[in-house]
Amino acid sequence: MTNKKPKSVFKQGAISSEFIGESIAKHQTKTSIGAHNIFLGQVRADIIDNKTVSAIEYTAYEDMANVKFHEIREAAFEKFELTCMHIYHSLGMVKAGEICLFVFVSSPRRKVVFKALEYIVEAIKADVPVFGKELFEDDTHQWKVNN
Amino acid sequence: MYITVKYFGQIAEITQQDEESLEFSGHLISELLELLYSKYSSLKTKDFQIAQNQELVTIETELTGAELALLPPFAGG
Repeated sequence: MTNKKPKSVFKQGAISSEFIGESIAKHQTKTSIGAHNIFLGQVRADIIDNKTVSAIEYTAYEDMANVKFHEIREAAFEKFELTCMHIYHSLGMVKAGEICLFVFVSSPRRKVVFKALEYIVEAIKADVPVFGKELFEDDTHQWKVNN
Repeated sequence: MYITVKYFGQIAEITQQDEESLEFSGHLISELLELLYSKYSSLKTKDFQIAQNQELVTIETELTGAELALLPPFAGG
């Protein structure tokens, strides 16, 4: 699985539950897998100064972000015994309640996928240049910061 | 030399553009930053990192002429 060229991780708009379901179904042919683990990032309707977040508009430094996603992927395969790994991140508008990040790891054994998933999601939040504009219902906005 | 600088998120909001090409005779990223601060004074109050050729660098780094990017705090996930 190494030495692959970076491919784009980004999808326009929200990630649908149909897409997530189909991704899971596609792995039924890979019978060496004994455990999947999935992280779904969902846009939260935070209330800030009495205003509610209605959506996040995502932008990214796409070239650098895809290189970073690729590095995270390579490091995860190096560290953990993974059979498969998929990452999808939204660009553009994602409404509150919709999914903006889908990380999917698979391995012969369960303990590996718990550790690998946490490692990957934390690395994405720390290292990938993605920016989120939190839009309020009254058309004002603020810029989201990961913590 | 000409340097292409890319802006993102709240930084692009200040510069009112996603990228620009600047003619510049200095050698360090810190010197280019001074030029950007004189052009966009409210940049001084903003938190951002700098990437040169898609790698994060410090302001003491030598300019290579490759693409520069001003990156506000990350918010992926």
